[in-house]
Amino acid sequence: MWDYTDKVMDHFFNPRDVGRIEDADGVGEVGSLACGDALTLTFKLDENGRIADAKFQTFGCASAVASSSVLTEMIKGMTLEEASQITNQDIVKRLGGLPDQKMHCSVMGQEALEAAIEDYYRRKGGKRPEKSKGVIVCTCFGVTDEEIRKVVRENNLTTVEQVTNFCKAGGGCGGCKERIAELINETLAREQIKPVSPCPKRPTKLTNIQKIQLVQQTINEQIRPALRADGGDIELIDVEGDKVIVAFRGMCAQCKMAEFTMRDVVEARLKEYVSDSLTVEELKD
Amino acid sequence: MNNVIYMDNNATTRVADEVLEAMLPYFTQRYGNPSSMHSFGGSVARDIARAREQVAALLGCHPEEVLFTSCGTESDNTAIKGVLSMMPEKRKIVTTRVEHPAVLATCRDLERHGYSVSEIGVDRQGCLDIDELGFRIDDNTALVSVMWANNETGTVFPIEQIAELVKVRGVVFHTDAVQAVGKIPLNLKDSPIDLLSLSGHKLHAPKGIGVLFVRRGTRIGTFMHGGHQESGRRGGTENVPGIIAMGKACELAMRYMEEENIRVKALRDRLEQGILNTCPDCFVNGDMDNRLPNTSNISFEYIEGESILMMLDKFGICASSGSACTSGSLEPSHVLRAMGVPFTAAHGSIRFSLSRYTTRQEVDFVIEKIGPIVNRLRDLSPFVAKAEK
Repeated sequence: MWDYTDKVMDHFFNPRDVGRIEDADGVGEVGSLACGDALTLTFKLDENGRIADAKFQTFGCASAVASSSVLTEMIKGMTLEEASQITNQDIVKRLGGLPDQKMHCSVMGQEALEAAIEDYYRRKGGKRPEKSKGVIVCTCFGVTDEEIRKVVRENNLTTVEQVTNFCKAGGGCGGCKERIAELINETLAREQIKPVSPCPKRPTKLTNIQKIQLVQQTINEQIRPALRADGGDIELIDVEGDKVIVAFRGMCAQCKMAEFTMRDVVEARLKEYVSDSLTVEELKD
Repeated sequence: MNNVIYMDNNATTRVADEVLEAMLPYFTQRYGNPSSMHSFGGSVARDIARAREQVAALLGCHPEEVLFTSCGTESDNTAIKGVLSMMPEKRKIVTTRVEHPAVLATCRDLERHGYSVSEIGVDRQGCLDIDELGFRIDDNTALVSVMWANNETGTVFPIEQIAELVKVRGVVFHTDAVQAVGKIPLNLKDSPIDLLSLSGHKLHAPKGIGVLFVRRGTRIGTFMHGGHQESGRRGGTENVPGIIAMGKACELAMRYMEEENIRVKALRDRLEQGILNTCPDCFVNGDMDNRLPNTSNISFEYIEGESILMMLDKFGICASSGSACTSGSLEPSHVLRAMGVPFTAAHGSIRFSLSRYTTRQEVDFVIEKIGPIVNRLRDLSPFVAKAEK
């Protein structure tokens, strides 16, 4: 059972400002059903450009509802300038804290606000001080490098696990964990905080047995988790010189996309981690 | 906490009064060590022997095939690693994608130590592809481990049939029967099953006691080195009160299972129908024809499981969810995902699991409360409006 503060419980059981403003000045939608939480935030400005009303609809756990509810309270009366200064940490503080694994709920609140403000400027003709959106790093949860840099910076994060707790990145198939570690290192280097260990280098020369072991290890650690996430699996059958023979199992075995999986995932990863000269063939049973 | 309505019996159960009564004297009065040479301890050894017989009677096996452990997880670990240790030349395990973590995590750890693991998939009802299972067994396979009944959906696998198929290939077969024992009848007497795990606290014994059934002649390595306890297979002074409790719980299960099952199943069906009738956009997960009598796993569309649980909790109603949010992981239940239940419905899944202590009043109370809770959360949800458009 989560250790939620009284404030979280209060906002969950008595959420403020539930609903959707029909003639809203800004609408922000983030998350999705698949992700396990989603939030739609709408606001209306008064004649002085201050947020007169804000409403939310949330699919998610208690902390997601509470983060949304407290956010609407916070932003009312603010100018958009002021509101855009709100960080996820401000939401957490207002709630009296959130469990580590629930930090992403506060980030979702902040992102919905940002999206709503952006929407407002877009409607007005795109006058928002421009911001780069970044490149998607975590494909499972659609998290960009910019978003990861932001949570690392604003919350002083140092590990991949913390990043996952805060913005979900890396919490699905895990294929992007390496990239997240790089982003942490980059960001921390800029902020002068201790870095995490770099990822291992690809060996230059391999004996036959080392090659086979590395192929198996790469399949186990890099390829299988990605296939498993989709209900599939892969088995290493044999290695003949530079030819790696594998068999698809589970969902992959019947998957029409298997050919692409083979080239874009299996072969690409093996080339990346073991040797460029490898080719991969599928054994059909 | 007053007025608890406990519908989370697949997580753990209350200790039966008769069980508590049976075990209590072993704390302060009959606390001797069963290995001692004095009769004060020696008489305890006889009581353990009786408990072993009670367990054996429920399982339909010989008492010496019953090995006491500390929990179901220990039994699973012992079975899997114990079998592998006896046949180092074989490097493959076949299991399913819907196993309890006690089996799955153990197998995945072995994978890191060079074993290969084949996980068999299931269909939309959670039923195993038995042909595929047969296909995966090869000469390199040391062990097949398949659960008897699934803890999340209650789907019951045709274990005897699977065990038969495995034994024909000369491979050792283990089943995690933690959810099945005490809920459905089973008889190991003429069964091809080699190893079976069960857990005390799922059948009204306390936490901290489990059993591994090891068929005579099954080669299994010592898991806990130490004294001669449990025929030298598991050293360590016995958990006497736990063992006595386990014996008593098995005796009660044997005595009441049949009539209780009829009653519990009727209550479960009443609950399920009541919920389906009250709430639109929800459906049951699992195999309707082969299911534990006490389990109902229901997906509520557009809303999230943890929120439902917390609202239920307000009324003292205890259940559990396959939602990602309840576990702290970001992925919803691996069982529902393996069944191909859409992400959305997996996030909104709630498991109710009943016991012999569940009453009709409790069931009706849950039916009465669930509708407003679901409506309230759907009012909050951004997806309902969209779905209606």
